[in-house]
Amino acid sequence: METIVEIRDLKKTYAGGFEALKGVNLSINKGEILALLGPNGAGKTTLISTICGITNPGAGSVTVNGHDVVSAYRDARRLIGLVPQEINLEPFTRVKDTVAYSRGLFGKPKDDALIERILRQLSLWDKRMSRTFELSGGMKRRVLIAKALSHEPEVLFLDEPTAGVDVELRKDMWDVVAGLKAQGTTIILTTHYIEEAEAIADRVGVINGGQLLLVEEKAALMKRLGQKVLQIDLQTGIAQVPEALSEYDLELIEGGQALRYSYDTRGERTGITQLLSDLSAVGLNLKDIQTEQTSLEDIFVGLVKEGAA
Amino acid sequence: MNWAAVNAMYMSEMTRFFRTIAQSFISPVISTSLYFVVFGAAIGSRIDQVEGVSYGAFIVPGLIMLSVMTQAITNASFGIYFPKFIGTIYELLSAPVNFLEIVLGFVGAAATKALFIGLVILGTAALFVDVQIQHPFAMMTFLLLTCLSFALFGFIIGIWAQNFEQLQLIPLLVVTPLVFLGGSFYSISMLPPIWQKITLFNPVVYLISGFRWSFFGVADVPIGLSLLAIAGFTALCLGLIWWIFRTGWRIRN
Repeated sequence: METIVEIRDLKKTYAGGFEALKGVNLSINKGEILALLGPNGAGKTTLISTICGITNPGAGSVTVNGHDVVSAYRDARRLIGLVPQEINLEPFTRVKDTVAYSRGLFGKPKDDALIERILRQLSLWDKRMSRTFELSGGMKRRVLIAKALSHEPEVLFLDEPTAGVDVELRKDMWDVVAGLKAQGTTIILTTHYIEEAEAIADRVGVINGGQLLLVEEKAALMKRLGQKVLQIDLQTGIAQVPEALSEYDLELIEGGQALRYSYDTRGERTGITQLLSDLSAVGLNLKDIQTEQTSLEDIFVGLVKEGAA
Repeated sequence: MNWAAVNAMYMSEMTRFFRTIAQSFISPVISTSLYFVVFGAAIGSRIDQVEGVSYGAFIVPGLIMLSVMTQAITNASFGIYFPKFIGTIYELLSAPVNFLEIVLGFVGAAATKALFIGLVILGTAALFVDVQIQHPFAMMTFLLLTCLSFALFGFIIGIWAQNFEQLQLIPLLVVTPLVFLGGSFYSISMLPPIWQKITLFNPVVYLISGFRWSFFGVADVPIGLSLLAIAGFTALCLGLIWWIFRTGWRIRN
């Protein structure tokens, strides 16, 4: 797979001494949607800001399509579109003017047809003559996206695109992102909503404390997510798992009072029926059974805790 | 050079100017008229000619300079401070532009506005007094250089300022006194000898003197020195701005 953004040992310490990035390594593939997941203050925004030129890197390097973001900033930045987290818009400027302005800023010739297409795609065409302060929060965010798309970037950074956006608009936003991906744009988005990463990302990176804890295909993550645990509470405790049940890979917990069985919900057969009948065959009486599912949340919280420890 | 970006920044700044064109046009006309009523008619009628020029005409270059300098500083400082204040600076920082292009766009627009206002004042003054310009080319050169250098200076103030008070501070506390004491309304030969010496430390003296020379052919200081002063000031500001963008001082952390 072709890499478009290459981040090597990126470090950033702010003037106050805060170490926002502690050596991040990441390769972003062309055409993918990568979700960076992490709590507030994890370093998500600093990472994006450093790639886009808003903050100076402390150490390490970032290249975009082979162009270093510091030494070849012009070539690198031309490929990048940035949608910031904060809604930053000049209040008195008209929607179409501010979008056209962004295009000019990135050195592209005027192209009204393209601007129209972008505004229509984002359902902003009707609002093109509005001044940005007249728009709702969700509309303003669309304008920011339109600005970022105005110069036809190959890589689009969306810093928490759905923070403070209602459910319906969030779905809309996901559609927009899916549409962009279909056009071949590489998309990196930060979020602290796990379901967002789940809904649209190809790969998920978990970042905390300035470190990238994991980057994995979402499918692989989902596989881990597919794991379910069945806990069987027994009437009377046992010392060890009976030989006859060895194939189930059971775990004896709570001092022999309960058994734990892991299975994949998406497997052809979960083996639960067989297990239960085998349990009664070896003469174990059940008091209660319960199931629980590992969520991305569990994995995430687990990773973040590990990172903090 | 990313000329499309320079054009985008310049036009966007000018749009703001055109949005308030009435204020931009009317306020210098009114204030100039007031100066002529007060200094030209009321006080000026009691003052003899200054260096062979009637007082009313004598103050025209100073009046233009006064407005041009403050307008250039105000426009340029606000122009770059505002994006910082509302956060839209992110776009400039992430765009493929260098410091020269940003300066051309923002400072160029501020200088254009100041130039426009300077010409409006010149036109208004012509309604009150007989204005003669002996060296039109030198006059335009001085005017342009003043617009440019003070817009550069204003740009630096805009980047330096961290709140609206600071934005006002330098123009109010430093520039206005220097301009008023720089011979806008008098010739420095009218000062007591000791003040004639002290006033030479005021850089504005050189600008106003040179500008006045282009009108009447009389100057307080040699014309070459005036040119040198304004060229030096422009170079100093450009150097500072280059340093600001290289280090990211107060704009990029």
